[in-house]
Amino acid sequence: MSWHRRDFLKLMLLSGIAYSVPSFSAFRRLEVADAREKDELLEYTLVVRKEPVEVGQRRGVGTLINSLLPSPLLKFKEGKEVVIHVINEMDEPTSIHWHGLLVPNEMDGVPGVVFPGIPPKSRFTYRFPVVQYGTYWYHSHSLMQEQLGMYGPLILEPKEEDVIKADRDYVIMLSDWTDEDPHRILSNLKKHPGYYNFQKRTLGDFLREAREKGFYPTLKERLMWAQMRMDSRDIADVTGYTYTYLMNGQTTEENPTFLFKPGEKVRLRFINASAATYFNVRIPGLKMTVVQADGQNVYPVDVDEFRIAIAETYDVIVEPKEEKAYAIYAEAMDRSGFVMGTLAPRKGMKAVPPPKREVPELTMEDMGHHGHMGHGHNHHHEGYKMMLDVSKNPFGVDADMVVSNPMPKLDDPGVGLRNQKHKVLTYADLVSAEEYPIGKPERTIEIHLVGNMERFIWRMYSYDGKKLSSRFEDVIPLRYGETVRFVFINHTMMHHPIHLHGMWMYLDNGGDTLNPRKHTIDVKPAEVVEVIVKADAYGNWALHCHILYHMDAGMFRIVKVG
Amino acid sequence: MMRQIFFVIFIPILTFGQEFYPIEPMHPIRYWGVFVDKLEYREKEKNLNLELDSFYGGDYHKLWLSLEAKKELKRGDWEFERADLLFGKAISSFFDIRVGGGYAGKKDEGRTRLAVELVGLAPYWFETELSFYLTHKGEPYGKLKAEYDLLLTQRLVLQPEVEVLASAKTIEPLEIGKGISNVGLSIRLRYEIKREIAPYVGFSWERNYGKTKELKGKVEESTFLVGLRMWF
Repeated sequence: MSWHRRDFLKLMLLSGIAYSVPSFSAFRRLEVADAREKDELLEYTLVVRKEPVEVGQRRGVGTLINSLLPSPLLKFKEGKEVVIHVINEMDEPTSIHWHGLLVPNEMDGVPGVVFPGIPPKSRFTYRFPVVQYGTYWYHSHSLMQEQLGMYGPLILEPKEEDVIKADRDYVIMLSDWTDEDPHRILSNLKKHPGYYNFQKRTLGDFLREAREKGFYPTLKERLMWAQMRMDSRDIADVTGYTYTYLMNGQTTEENPTFLFKPGEKVRLRFINASAATYFNVRIPGLKMTVVQADGQNVYPVDVDEFRIAIAETYDVIVEPKEEKAYAIYAEAMDRSGFVMGTLAPRKGMKAVPPPKREVPELTMEDMGHHGHMGHGHNHHHEGYKMMLDVSKNPFGVDADMVVSNPMPKLDDPGVGLRNQKHKVLTYADLVSAEEYPIGKPERTIEIHLVGNMERFIWRMYSYDGKKLSSRFEDVIPLRYGETVRFVFINHTMMHHPIHLHGMWMYLDNGGDTLNPRKHTIDVKPAEVVEVIVKADAYGNWALHCHILYHMDAGMFRIVKVG
Repeated sequence: MMRQIFFVIFIPILTFGQEFYPIEPMHPIRYWGVFVDKLEYREKEKNLNLELDSFYGGDYHKLWLSLEAKKELKRGDWEFERADLLFGKAISSFFDIRVGGGYAGKKDEGRTRLAVELVGLAPYWFETELSFYLTHKGEPYGKLKAEYDLLLTQRLVLQPEVEVLASAKTIEPLEIGKGISNVGLSIRLRYEIKREIAPYVGFSWERNYGKTKELKGKVEESTFLVGLRMWF
C-alpha cells in the first residue's frame, strides 16, 4: 500500500506543512536578524548556504543567508559601527555588497575589485562605521547568487529623530525568483535573445491593428522595426515565463499582508532586489507620498504610481482611510507577471488585483528617432551634444544601434506608463530635502551604454574626450576631491539601472543644490542622463548595469579614485 | 644597477598599503550550442535528413562544426552529405564570417573543399547564409539560403525558406550542374513546445536547371515533410 504513503507526502507538500521543516525547504518571509549590541558596536552573523527553495509547484536551489528568502533585515544605526561575520558554508565563493552604503573600499564586497571574495568554507568579517540613514539593501556580488535569493533589506536609523513620521513602518522587498540556473538563463539569452519573450507581435496583432489603424500605416510601422531588426515588445530579457515575482519572499497566492488601522500613516519602504525586473507599483485607491528615494529624503511628492528600477528604493507614505483591503500591486515592466500584497485592516483579507493592462510597446522615440513620428514632451528640448563622434559607429560589433541625438527624458514616465490618467512619478519630480553644495563639475566623462540584442552583448564605453574604452581592465581614473560630470547615453532600446559604488551620483534634474542624490540611476532607451559625482572616496569603485545578465555579459567598469 | 634594484624592489614595498586592491581581469564568457535545425522525414524520398550546427566560443569568435546527413528510414546507416569545420568571427553588428573547410559528397567520391560563409540577420529579419566553396579540384560554387519566421501565435511559427545553388563548373559527384543549378523553396510550420523543442510539418519543392537535371535525373521534386527542430 505504498501509494498511500506517497499520497500523504504529496498532501503534506501541498498543504504547506513542508515549509515549517527547515531542513526540507527554506523559509520564505522577511525576518529581522538578531544583533548583538555593545556600546557603539552592532554585531551580526550571517551564514550562507545552498538550500532547497519551493515556490508554488516548482523546486529550486537558493543561495540563502540564515536559511531565509529574502535574507534577514539588518537594522543599523547612524553613528554606530557594525561588525558582520559572514560564514560561507558553500563549495563556491561568495561576497556581500552593501548597496548604497558609503563604506571603506575594502568593505565594499566586490570580488576581484576590492577584495578576493569569501572563498568556499571560510569566513570574512565586514566592519565599517554607519555614516548615513535611510532604506538600502545588501546582496551577493559573486557568481549569480543575486538571482538565487541572496539579497536582504537594510534599514539605517537616523542618529537624530526621523523627520519622516509614520505609525507603521514596513519593508516591501520585490524580487524575481526562478528555479532555473541563472548561468543557463544567460546561455539561453546568448543563443536566443528572445527566449523568454512570449509577448511578441504576431500575425493576429497585425491584422487587428490593420483593422483599427489601416493596412498601410500598420505595415509601414512594422517594416520600420523589421528594417532595424528590432522588436518593439522587447521590454525585458527575462520574463514571467520563468519568473515568479515575490514580495518579501512570498507569492501573490500566499498573500503577503500588511496591517493598518484606518487613519494611520503607513510607511512602505519599497526595495527592488530583482535580478532582471523593473516593477510598476500602484496601490489603487490610495495616493502614495514619495518621501525618500535611494535612502535620501526628498521633498514629498504625491503619486498614483511609480516605476522602480532594479536596485532602487522608494519610501512612500500612505494613509488608508477605509476599512478595506487595498492591493499593493507590483507589475513587471513588461506586464508578463505581477506580485500583489494586501494592505489590510485585519488578517485574512485579500485585495482584488486591478485589471491587467496592455502589453507595453516601444515607440520610434524610444529608438532615438525624433521628428514627425514623435508626439509629446521632447520637442522643446535640445538633444545632448556628444563629445564622442558617433557618426561612424565607434562601438563596432558591440552595438546594433547608435543614437546620434540622445534626448533628456527626465519628465517621461517611460514605456507603458505614458498617457496614464493618473500621476506617475518621474525623475523630474525628485527634489532633495537637503541641500548639497557640491560645486561645479570640472570635467565631463561620457558613459555610452551599448548593446547588441541579437548577440546579447552589453558594454559600457567610457569617453573623456580622449580615450574610448569598454575594457573592464581600463579603469576610469578620478582624482580624489575632483567633481566630475558623468553623462550616461543609452544607445540601446532597453532600460539600464546604472549603479555606482562608494559615491553618490547627484542627478542633474535642474535642481542645482537640491538635485537628488542616488546610488542607482535608471537610463531609459535613447535617453541621456547627466549626474555629478564628487570623488570623495579613495579606491576602486564598481560602475555597472544592475541587470544581472547585462553586468555578467560585460556592462561593468571600475572607477578608480586616487 | 642599484637604481634598478631600488625601483623594482623598494618602490613597491614603500607604496604598499597605499595601493588599492589589484583588479583581477574579467574572464570572458565562453559557451557552446548545438542546433539541430532540421531533423526531418521526407515523404517522397523516404529519407531522414539531418542538418546540424554546433559551436564553442565567445562573443566575437566561435568554432563551428556544421554537418548534413541522410539516412534511408528503413535501412542503411547515416551518410554524411557534408561536414565542415569553420572559424567564425563577428564582422558587423548582425553578421559573422566563417572560414574553414570540410568534405562534401559520398565517401571517397566527394570533394574536399574550402568554405567561406557570410551568416547573419539581414534587414527585415531574414536569416541569411551566403556560402562560397572551392573544391580540391578547383571547382568554385556557392549557395544562398534565406529564411523568415512568421509568428502566427507566440509558439506557432511559419517558416518559409529559399535556397539557390550555383556553380562555375559542373561537379558530377555532387550532382551540381554549371550555372544556376538548383532552386529550392520550402515552408515549415512548427510548434515551440519549449523554445528548444519544436516539431513541425512542411512542404518542400525543388527545381533543377541545366546539367543538374541530367545528373539528378529529374527536373522537379516536391515532398511533404515532418520533423523536429531542437537546440541545446
